[in-house]
Amino acid sequence: MTNVLVCVKRVPDPTGEVVLTPDGLRVDGRYAGYTTSAHEEAAVALAVQVAEPSGGTVTVLSVGSEDSLEQVRAGIAVGATDGVLVEADADLLGPADVAEAVAEAVRARSDAGTTYDLVLLGNDAADTGDFQVGVRLAYLLDRPVVAGVQTVAVDGDVATLHAEGPEGTEVYEVALPAVVTVLEGGVSPKYPSVMGRMRAKKAEVERMTWSGTPGGSGREALTVPEAPPSQVTVLGEGPTAAPALVAVLRELKVVHS
Amino acid sequence: MSVVVLVEVEEGRASLVSRETLAFARSLGAGNLHALVVGSAPEAVLADCREAGVVVVHEAADPALERYAAAAWAAAVEAAGRAARADLVVAPGTGRGNEVLAHVAARRGLRMAANVVAVESLSPLVVQRQVVGGAALERATVPSRVRLLSMAGHAVEPTPADAPGEARVQPLAVAVDPKDLRAQVVRVERREQGDSSGLTAAKVVVGAGRGAGGPDGFAAVDALAERLGGAVGVSRVVTSLGWRPHHEQVGQTGSRIAPDLYLACGISGSIQHWAGCASSRTIIAVNTDADAPMVTKADYAVIGDMHEVLPAVLEELG
Amino acid sequence: MAALPASARCVVIGAGIVGNSLVHHLAELGWTDIVQLDKGPLPNPGGSTGHASNFIFPVDHSREFADITLDSMRQYKELGVFTESGGYEVARTEERMEELRRRMGSAKAWGIPAELVTPEQVAEKVPFLDKDVIIGAAWFPTVGVVDSLRAGTIMRERAVERGALTTVPNVEVTGMEVVDGRIRAVETTQGRIEAETVVVACGVWSPKIARMAGAHIPLTPAVHQMISVGPCEVLAEKPGEISYPIVRDMDTFCYERQHGSDMEVGSYAHRAILWDPEDIPSIEQSKLSPTEMPFTEDDFDPQLEQALELMPELLGDERAEIRYAINGLLSLTPDGYPILGETPEVKGLWSCAAVWIKEGPGTARAVAEWMTHGNPEIDLGHSDIARFHPHQKTRAHVKARTSESFIKTYGIVHPAEQYGSNRDVRLAPMHASQKELGAVFHETAGWERPHWYTSNAGLVEKFGPEQTMPREHEWDARWWSPIINAEHLQMREAAGLVDLSAFAIFDVVGPRALEAVQRIIVAQADVRIGRVVYTPVLDERGGFRSDLTVMRLAHDRFRVVTGGAHGMADKKWFADRMPEDGGAVVVDLTSSWTTIGLWGPKALEILSGLTDADVSPGGFAFGTCREIEVGTLSVLASRISYVGEFGWELYVPIEAGAALWQRLLDAGTPLGMVPVGIGVYGTTGRIEKGYRAYGYELDTERTLMETGMSRAKWKEQDFVGKDAVVAQADEAPKAVLCSLTVDDHTSASGVKRYMLGGEPILTREGGTLTDGHGRHPYVTTAGSAPSLGKHVLMAFLPPEVATVGTQLAVSYMEELYPVTVAAADATPLFDPENLRIRGRA
Repeated sequence: MTNVLVCVKRVPDPTGEVVLTPDGLRVDGRYAGYTTSAHEEAAVALAVQVAEPSGGTVTVLSVGSEDSLEQVRAGIAVGATDGVLVEADADLLGPADVAEAVAEAVRARSDAGTTYDLVLLGNDAADTGDFQVGVRLAYLLDRPVVAGVQTVAVDGDVATLHAEGPEGTEVYEVALPAVVTVLEGGVSPKYPSVMGRMRAKKAEVERMTWSGTPGGSGREALTVPEAPPSQVTVLGEGPTAAPALVAVLRELKVVHS
Repeated sequence: MSVVVLVEVEEGRASLVSRETLAFARSLGAGNLHALVVGSAPEAVLADCREAGVVVVHEAADPALERYAAAAWAAAVEAAGRAARADLVVAPGTGRGNEVLAHVAARRGLRMAANVVAVESLSPLVVQRQVVGGAALERATVPSRVRLLSMAGHAVEPTPADAPGEARVQPLAVAVDPKDLRAQVVRVERREQGDSSGLTAAKVVVGAGRGAGGPDGFAAVDALAERLGGAVGVSRVVTSLGWRPHHEQVGQTGSRIAPDLYLACGISGSIQHWAGCASSRTIIAVNTDADAPMVTKADYAVIGDMHEVLPAVLEELG
Repeated sequence: MAALPASARCVVIGAGIVGNSLVHHLAELGWTDIVQLDKGPLPNPGGSTGHASNFIFPVDHSREFADITLDSMRQYKELGVFTESGGYEVARTEERMEELRRRMGSAKAWGIPAELVTPEQVAEKVPFLDKDVIIGAAWFPTVGVVDSLRAGTIMRERAVERGALTTVPNVEVTGMEVVDGRIRAVETTQGRIEAETVVVACGVWSPKIARMAGAHIPLTPAVHQMISVGPCEVLAEKPGEISYPIVRDMDTFCYERQHGSDMEVGSYAHRAILWDPEDIPSIEQSKLSPTEMPFTEDDFDPQLEQALELMPELLGDERAEIRYAINGLLSLTPDGYPILGETPEVKGLWSCAAVWIKEGPGTARAVAEWMTHGNPEIDLGHSDIARFHPHQKTRAHVKARTSESFIKTYGIVHPAEQYGSNRDVRLAPMHASQKELGAVFHETAGWERPHWYTSNAGLVEKFGPEQTMPREHEWDARWWSPIINAEHLQMREAAGLVDLSAFAIFDVVGPRALEAVQRIIVAQADVRIGRVVYTPVLDERGGFRSDLTVMRLAHDRFRVVTGGAHGMADKKWFADRMPEDGGAVVVDLTSSWTTIGLWGPKALEILSGLTDADVSPGGFAFGTCREIEVGTLSVLASRISYVGEFGWELYVPIEAGAALWQRLLDAGTPLGMVPVGIGVYGTTGRIEKGYRAYGYELDTERTLMETGMSRAKWKEQDFVGKDAVVAQADEAPKAVLCSLTVDDHTSASGVKRYMLGGEPILTREGGTLTDGHGRHPYVTTAGSAPSLGKHVLMAFLPPEVATVGTQLAVSYMEELYPVTVAAADATPLFDPENLRIRGRA
């Protein structure tokens, strides 16, 4: 039985042009909406994949405001078992603070009788991109950690992990319990079913608070750089452009033989 | 000021981002520029270091470090930092660079700034760094005894130093704690050319949208994908209309792809679709509308009907 | 990459279904040099068309909507983008079943195939619907889905083929240049383009664009939530986009529409979520498109549960995922009608906005006709942009009313339903007195008008149930009271006092005023000073634009008095026809004058007691007006009547209205006079007299001949529509406006039912009637005629049955009631000799 904790963060949807709040301190999601980072959606999918066949549970945890409940429930809607909300203003926390808050929650759950064999996080948050929370958490919990993982398989007390390295797919075999940060691409995140959404709405979400003192993120301002102008090279019009197009294909080395 | 730069080796050379990082570290006024290479440093790497003005190359050639383990590499960075009496450590903003630096930060109780593009002040450390996937910049103050930062790729040019450095190789002894090898690569499955069975793994994706015209409009698309050893991806409207199965859908509600080449045919390029294909290395658009977002955002474009252009391309390919 | 031309004859802003349909129809009607702009890319620039669910239910209680929708369906079919799926409106409650029965009536009236079916019949065609959740349904076999983007592309292409159109996408409008009240040019991100005609057809952005020119298009972007669930195995088995009928789950304000292997669930049940056009994100800022806003799932959860009840197996399938979920933006208006026509503020600037997919091509055709020769074939009276009064153009009003009406999209809306929001905006000077008298207020054009007075409740007993005809059924009696009928009878017995402050009043003044008015109205305008003329106002085809009264106050001054609801449109109609040289101008005096009606057998005695003027029938002729002194008040008295009694409309400056009202009350009450509400003035009084009302019997599709208002001879001077009416006089009318009485009100359950208007008239056996236009007769006005003890209906009948005594039937809530034609022309059913008006009764 493998119990998995997945940490998710509510972030402004990063697919549209970034809009800032008037004070220039936060990304404003009023147009694009809020979502879970793609890496973390993949982490939820992996967690369900690992836990379900083993009869284990998946807990979705978020450190954030009341609104983050939406992301916790989104995880439950696609197969997680329950949720934890550590109430905090995530924008005032730095990666070290978040790691401490998560570690405290893991310990609290452990004291209450639920231990996690795996803690999955996103490789980096879609908004702040600090690349640190998972690693810092591992040191706080004294567990091994692998970053940038795309697939996870558990056999007994060992997790086999795949990550893309410079020369190919790197395989890790790590003794549990462990911390893993996930990069999207190894698993297709699911959309919730109607039933899943209903379950999520009714599922229990435990609320916790973090007792630590935030060190903060150091953020002073955000700016949006100008979008680069169109760089398109028009190769021609209609079928007569075919030779030019094929020349580009050859240059890109995507044509074999 | 003494700076240690983590140099990653790629195909026998210092990787491009590593060279950029060296140039950047030098520009910060590092009179004492150190490099750290894990494993034995090939001559070409030393040459790159010399060119970048590196004074000392710390070579961590301990066999325990042969297979990658981020924590053990972090121990090497710590050792190099001590040896260089560094007050600034810079890593390339790659997956590995960020991972190792995060370990160093966690181990030493330090703060770290990832994907920095500019340093405004060293004391206190004030940086501009990329956030939201590079769509925004953050100005942040990162107070720390030893300053740790990773350098966003392609923020600076890898320019050579005015005067080459000595790049003296200094073997670095790293006491590797077995604990730091708890998470270590056990093997590498080397990538093979042409292995592109799935849409997300494909190196080439030929995309088709409403311009296909109907379920029968994909013959040339299929043929080209096969010819290029790639996969077919489609826009939402195509699956919505039932012309192609959902697992082929690229976009917000389908797969996100990052192939070497995305050849988008008859796809106007809604933001929803763009979200799924923006990470492609090169994008070529074939579209009747020169104003279509797919065209204006692409690297290359052919203005024309995909039903006329693709057969001509196939013929040209032979 | 089309470059922006420097000038065009016509600029159409917007390339959604409306703009695309419009450029097509303008080209069809011979327009050339049209330039169409959109800030987004083609074929989906990112407006509401791009995320529309694209299905069409033709049935609506409004004839205007139904006709436009039917025309749109014809056009979509001709374009080859219509797929007929059929559709159900299912009922979970008895109240909804009753509404479906009422919809059957509207369907019959507008000629739309429809039938009521059992849950089992629904389940036969929609096997994944749980029939135990519903108690019945309405089946509309002609319902279908369209490809609105494809339709738009084809229509643009057709206009291009005609050499009439240049479309420039990816160009945003940044400003409007207006010179001397007329549009001159449009400013864009690609430069300036001059045009004498500019059409705003850009949906939710229209108010923003109009404001750039100082004009108002009072709509609001509002959220409509939609999700798409799939793939559903059962749906994937069938080929094509749609193979199952669309289901409207009316009681939950939701619909379920198959889309390939997905099931779309849309909702109008959530709280109203309104946006400002200025706050809609740019294409770059939005995740999907500017009008596909982030889904707020908490708002949708209750609907999800209800949808699951209806289709448990299909939507409960764990493998079917919610793949797409949006808060889609669409346009809502304060009264639910589109906003069409030339803006009253800026000449040459047109609006074609707040039009949904089902109305797009039909509306565009009508507006193109309007732009070309002024006369759309389908009457657009309810949608005319000129209808808005100033307060109705405020953002607060638009938001208040749309917030209230959003939930009524699938709601059961009574024909007399009143809005609760933004009331008490325009108050008559005697409002305080009316409140004391227990007035029950209904709203017209923002005015609070007493519909009846509870102080008159005692009269119901006095006249008894035979004459006051109380209604047993709650629906029939909603927004109504038998006090109306009692007030009517008391007026006929003694006198009634009516507050008419809501009248729209404007003067036409200037040396060329006579010439201008003469040209606009049918009646002779060159009358002596002090004459009052009741007259139709026609369009070039002889269709009704209005009916109103004109007082000649001086050689160069005519006072036009018309209904409040339509007053702004009438004002624009007159203003548009003033001489270019300024020889006559229109001056709005609505807020300067209040009007009080005093009518009844005791009216003479009451007014005589307050004035030294000779107001006797002999001394104050019918159809005249003059200043009289009523004590210390100077009053303009006009001897006309809309209720069939002797009396006057009394005009005083608005600040003197309360004083005149009180003096008349004090003088009249001892003689049996009572305050009388609009229930009498608007319905019972006029229906007994067979008076026609604009917006009910009269609209641009009706002629003088058909309404029985033709004349033996026409004035010598030319007037708008003269050629047409002269020609029509020689032809047999295709339909004849008749008054009918209901012979028996008893329903199958024994409860007496009273029609409210809109019901189909059939043969006595229930057979369909069709007039010379191909229309089916329906009730234009229904109301009590207390003096006759009858319920009276008005309807345009085929000429062959338009004879007094013909026995027909009216269908109400799917039951037939016998009716008899009581008048086949304008002859009043009550006092046909008009002795009372003449003061000779």
